[in-house]
Amino acid sequence: MGIKGGIWVRGVAICAGVVLLVLLRWVLPSYQLILFETGLCFGIMGLGFNLLLRHTGLLSFGHGAYFAVGAYTVAIIGRYLPGLYRMEILLPGAVAASAVVAAIFGFVCVRHTRIFFSILTLALSMLVFALLVKLYYLTGGSDGIRAPIPSILGHSFQGMRRPQFLSGFYYHFLLAAFLVATALMYALIHSPFGKALQSVRDNEVRAEMIGIRVRQFRWMAFVISGMYCGLAGGLWSFVNGHVTPEVAHWVFSGEVVYMTLLGGFKTFAGPVVGAVLFTFLKLYAISGTEYWMLIIGVTLIGLVLLLPSGITGAMASWAARLRSLGTRKI
Amino acid sequence: MGIVYVLNGLYFSAFLFLTSLGLSIILGVMGILNLAHGSLFALGAFMAAWVIGVCVNAGPTVGMIGGFVAAMLLAAAVGFVLENTIIRPMYRRPLEYQLLITFGALLVIEDLIKLTWGGEAYYASGPFDMMGRVNILGGEYPAYFLFVMGVTAACGLCIWLFMARTKLGIMLRAIAMDRDMAEAMGIPMRKLTILAFMLGASLAGLAGGLMVPTSPALLGIGMEPLIMAFIVVVIGGLGSLKGAVLGSLIVGQTRSFGVGFFPELEMPVLFLIAVLILVARPQGLFGRA
Repeated sequence: MGIKGGIWVRGVAICAGVVLLVLLRWVLPSYQLILFETGLCFGIMGLGFNLLLRHTGLLSFGHGAYFAVGAYTVAIIGRYLPGLYRMEILLPGAVAASAVVAAIFGFVCVRHTRIFFSILTLALSMLVFALLVKLYYLTGGSDGIRAPIPSILGHSFQGMRRPQFLSGFYYHFLLAAFLVATALMYALIHSPFGKALQSVRDNEVRAEMIGIRVRQFRWMAFVISGMYCGLAGGLWSFVNGHVTPEVAHWVFSGEVVYMTLLGGFKTFAGPVVGAVLFTFLKLYAISGTEYWMLIIGVTLIGLVLLLPSGITGAMASWAARLRSLGTRKI
Repeated sequence: MGIVYVLNGLYFSAFLFLTSLGLSIILGVMGILNLAHGSLFALGAFMAAWVIGVCVNAGPTVGMIGGFVAAMLLAAAVGFVLENTIIRPMYRRPLEYQLLITFGALLVIEDLIKLTWGGEAYYASGPFDMMGRVNILGGEYPAYFLFVMGVTAACGLCIWLFMARTKLGIMLRAIAMDRDMAEAMGIPMRKLTILAFMLGASLAGLAGGLMVPTSPALLGIGMEPLIMAFIVVVIGGLGSLKGAVLGSLIVGQTRSFGVGFFPELEMPVLFLIAVLILVARPQGLFGRA
């Protein structure tokens, strides 16, 4: 199959996938659909996270912080500035707020690589967590803040219950946001900027030699990555209907790392696949047993030991093996 | 009144020092950032509380010593199992796998604690009550807090002597500096990495055990010490004993005065200090560049 044929097949597959996703609203029961929406939100976050891990070679263990900033921006506007509780203001606000926080934290973090980068991102996300818990008169402490249904383009959805809103129009809104975010990320990593990031990851010294300002590029990647998390957090706050500090806790950030690895961090779609799978896995583990952490933990350990490239990675290598078997026969 | 804050700060520092020293040994010698370190702390706390409770008829001293030893042994044993099963294959793997597998271990250990001891809190204040209070500069102060500081100082001294003066310690430092070279020189890598891991784990277990007479053993108790130990290691510098001492003193005093004077902002101030130190000195106070 030639390269052109490959592009055609891929294009048709993507279109079919999008149509399937759009139709999902009428196929899945409301409960499953809302769970899927949670997965999509985490998927957006995973895309942002993987810009750092896969393309820049930086493993953040504190991306929950930017997710939390996005979610809390929505909730705080809802609580203190109800007049501005409109989707057209909320989402850009969430992205902008997380960009600011990511810019400040990133400035410190990108001075380090490898393990110190991970420790620092983790510690800084715990700073956000501590602030959210301690400043209870502003943030509601560990009780969190409610995030009601916003108005979208003047339409207020008055009198609509949340599950109805979520399994109705909001699904398509979220899906559109997800698809746009995915397309932008795809374009970004295939742009010269994305290639420059890869060169930084592969060889810092050489990248510096060919004129790439390493730290500045890392910083920019960090901010973009944080903005994706902020967008995901903002979108998620409506799905969850309630925002609590747990999303800033490093354990949540660890789950994001897990999702990405589960799906496979070496592929573009990996984090998204992992996020959706993880959302379902975790929910069924929690509802099935009191010891869900044991299940998640054992799965994680097994995954790292046996399937380090994740689900999409394993599938790709199986496909490659099948193909090579086929050619050998010929 | 100020002396109480300073003493409380030293008391916080003691736990931090033990925890971060264990973390730092595992990180420095083996290059593994052990996210399950806080769970080893929690294991120590539950074990000590349980032993002190069981030995309540034999007297608090027996219970206390038994509890601390049991906490260390249990943490070391779990460390041994962890190293042999899941950490060993990770030495040559990229960082993300190391972090993930220890994160998995953390989840598993937390639930194993829940399985073993149930979800409720364990109280064991016997040793604390037994030691009573002493007079310091006209104020009363719990003797147990001073005891913890003494134990910690003794541990720190032992570790320093071990690292600086014994052949094993020197070999450990050689591994920390250059793994491949150390292996080429014929250092028994397998035995030493297990030793280092068990040593680091037992320090976390001891810290957990020491804490239990003053506050109950709860699920998730190891999370905060873990984060604090990270901060200590980051600001003190990786693999530096001096750094661990100074780092825990800074963090401990900040916490103590923070709790006293600005409770809402105690954690943020701590992070602010850490960030300022790191912007000025990215490798930490005593870290190698």
